[in-house]
Amino acid sequence: MNPQFAAALDLLPGYLAWHVLLSASALALGLAISLPLAIAAARRPRLRWPLLALASLIQTIPGLALLALFYPLLLAVSAVAEAATGRGFSALGFLPSLLALTLYAVLPILRNGVAGLAGVDPAIAEAADGVGMTPRQKLLQVELPLAAPVIMAGVRTAAVWTIGAATLATPVGQTSLGNYIFAGLQTENWVFVLFGCAASAVLAMAADQLLGLAERGVRTRRRGLIIAGVAGLIVGAGLAMAPLAGSGAPTAYVVGAKNFSEQYILAELMAGELERTGARVTRKENLGSNVAYRALAAGEIDVYVDYSGTLWTNVLGRTDNPGRAAMVDQLSAELRRRDGVVVLGSLGFENAYAFAMRQDRARALGVASLVDLAKVAPQLTLGTDVEFLSRPEWKAVDAAYGLSFRATRSFQPTFMYRALGGGEADVISAFSSDGRIAADRLTVLSDPRGAIPPYDAVILVSPRRAADKRFLDALRPLVGAIGVEAMRAANYSVDRDADKRTPAEAARWLRAQSAPES
Amino acid sequence: MIELADVTHRYGAQVALDGVGLTVRSGEFVALVGGSGSGKTTLLKTINGLVRPDDGRIAVDGEDVAAVAPHLLRRRIGYVFQEVGLFPHLTVAENIGVTPKLLGWGPPRIAARVRTLLDLVALPGDVADRPPSALSGGQRQRVGVARALAAEPGVMLMDEPFGALDPLTRDQLGADYLALHRQLGLTTVMVTHDIAEAVLLADRLVVMRQGRILADGPPADLLAAASDPAVRALLEAPRRQADRLRERLGG
Ligand SMILES: Nc1ncnc2c1ncn2[C@@H]1O[C@H](COP(=O)(O)OP(=O)(O)OP(=O)(O)O)[C@@H](O)[C@H]1O
Ligand SMILES: [Mg+2]
Repeated sequence: MNPQFAAALDLLPGYLAWHVLLSASALALGLAISLPLAIAAARRPRLRWPLLALASLIQTIPGLALLALFYPLLLAVSAVAEAATGRGFSALGFLPSLLALTLYAVLPILRNGVAGLAGVDPAIAEAADGVGMTPRQKLLQVELPLAAPVIMAGVRTAAVWTIGAATLATPVGQTSLGNYIFAGLQTENWVFVLFGCAASAVLAMAADQLLGLAERGVRTRRRGLIIAGVAGLIVGAGLAMAPLAGSGAPTAYVVGAKNFSEQYILAELMAGELERTGARVTRKENLGSNVAYRALAAGEIDVYVDYSGTLWTNVLGRTDNPGRAAMVDQLSAELRRRDGVVVLGSLGFENAYAFAMRQDRARALGVASLVDLAKVAPQLTLGTDVEFLSRPEWKAVDAAYGLSFRATRSFQPTFMYRALGGGEADVISAFSSDGRIAADRLTVLSDPRGAIPPYDAVILVSPRRAADKRFLDALRPLVGAIGVEAMRAANYSVDRDADKRTPAEAARWLRAQSAPES
Repeated sequence: MIELADVTHRYGAQVALDGVGLTVRSGEFVALVGGSGSGKTTLLKTINGLVRPDDGRIAVDGEDVAAVAPHLLRRRIGYVFQEVGLFPHLTVAENIGVTPKLLGWGPPRIAARVRTLLDLVALPGDVADRPPSALSGGQRQRVGVARALAAEPGVMLMDEPFGALDPLTRDQLGADYLALHRQLGLTTVMVTHDIAEAVLLADRLVVMRQGRILADGPPADLLAAASDPAVRALLEAPRRQADRLRERLGG
């Protein structure tokens, strides 16, 4: 068996269990919300339009954005709850995913519910009154049964949407089948991407078929079919979620990672160190850049690696550049004072923004530094990752060199490097520890005016682990142990097309490089 | 006893009932006749509260209809809809048993009642488990009558109950119903377009036009005393028809 496929299969029980739990909960909650709303809207036509318009509006928000919006919202609610009751809750992971997916499930059920109920023949509804039913009896015994086939069709649509959209829960820290897709996209592991897509499609189709069976039962009033469909759903969901029952024990440590290869490898590296002490470790990967720090400060993850320049600008809001060592020192003091976050130390390498060009292109244009680049920029296209152009680093570079490009395009990091090769971009905002710089023999432009801040990789520890000696001792050996060459090689081993390593394998390799004695 | 006093109802600008006063004594059989759109259905629906009139008072057995819980009132009044209105998701037996079930009758009593009523409306027992969609129009109408009778109501309101039946069945069912009406001492108000049927079954004829009662009395009295030419024409229609029939068939 293909080793990537085997690795994917290995991860399936956990991913599938969470995916099913998440989508089933969202669907159930969506049903619980939209059915009463549909009944209210069917009774009062004046409610109908605003309700349906609102639900349609929510549907037009891209899934990823909806999920992302819930995180800060819940964070604020959690802060209020903590102030009021002394207990907050996790704004990351299951809750925001559940709420966003629930909103997604509402529209199809609401729309079909309203249509189904409003479509009941008025003569039949009047007959229900005429034989002496109360409004409630009329609803339960006549209107809902008659609208049931249409409502069930809405539930089917909602189920398929929810299962598909649940893959987007990964970036807010909720494990799902999306983990395959997001991780695969970052590490160019197409087996993973396909596996994730296929698994979620199969799941959606299975749910759709079983609901279809129940729908047919409702429509033809064959109780056997309804029972078969519903029982199939319950048994299937139960089996899929079984792996979660065992993991109910409190997880000891949570290691976080942002959404690129280096972060996956470092998360595995730290998780490995912690597991070596006998601790249980879970991973929350694919966190958005800003989400990760807030999650750490809130104690939702215990440790992750961030970069000094990122923290400097994004967290402290500073735009000056005191130099590498001073920046780490000041960060240590400031983050502890502000949020109780501990900077355990630098890993030993930098992952700075670096403007890179193809060697031949740079030579032909005579570009070696950002000063040279500014002269030819109007003829060039800049390729960046999705956030670079909105980051202060870009503003600093732009202010220092006055770069105005012919065009700018943003890519997932993986595709950004591809774009350079394919000519869709002439210059990219690369990362200095990226293995592809060496592998693709890219020219990194120098920064003579020192506009790009330093980006030392530092281990950040959450306030709730600040005094956990076992935890800190396990991670401390990593400080200063990783050189940029080793990190580049590890990154490349995950990103390359052939003979790929998984992040966990790369982490083991990296550990062997940095600590050959153990 | 059913009493309507000064009942007025409008649908938007359309006046459906215009100051109607009517008293139906217990045990009486009243036939409501009149042209299409004259307000017959609306009048019938005000009696069991399906239509709340804009003005006027209605009492059933001395109780103000506006003051009692409508579902309790309706369980005591059998209603046969003009559109029949059988529940498509229930079997014939379940349709007939619906009001008894709401009243909390036990299943054996309901089953026995369903058999009796199917017999009464001359339907074979094997239709009991069919959905209404598997019946003919006339059969459906008979199930509608059976459903209205199921909970042993004292008052029956019937809106063209036999309209879709062939003449023979119609005759037979009318006669059977009349026997039941007498035997159980029912109070019946029946809308019909068939004057002959009205004359044959009812103690009293109420003629409506444009939301008003044009004439009210026993058929013979009306024929003798009706001043309105329209009422006379209406009442003489069956006799004229009978005469013509005799001529053509050479009786
Ligand atoms: N729900 C309604 N909305 C608006 N107008 C209505 C409604 N129901 C009845 N009407 C109008 O009220 C008037 C009386 O209607 P009603 O149904 O009582 O007549 P009817 O005597 O039963 O007629 P038919 O013999 O055709 O059944 C008619 O003009 C009709 O168009
Ligand atoms: Mg009518």
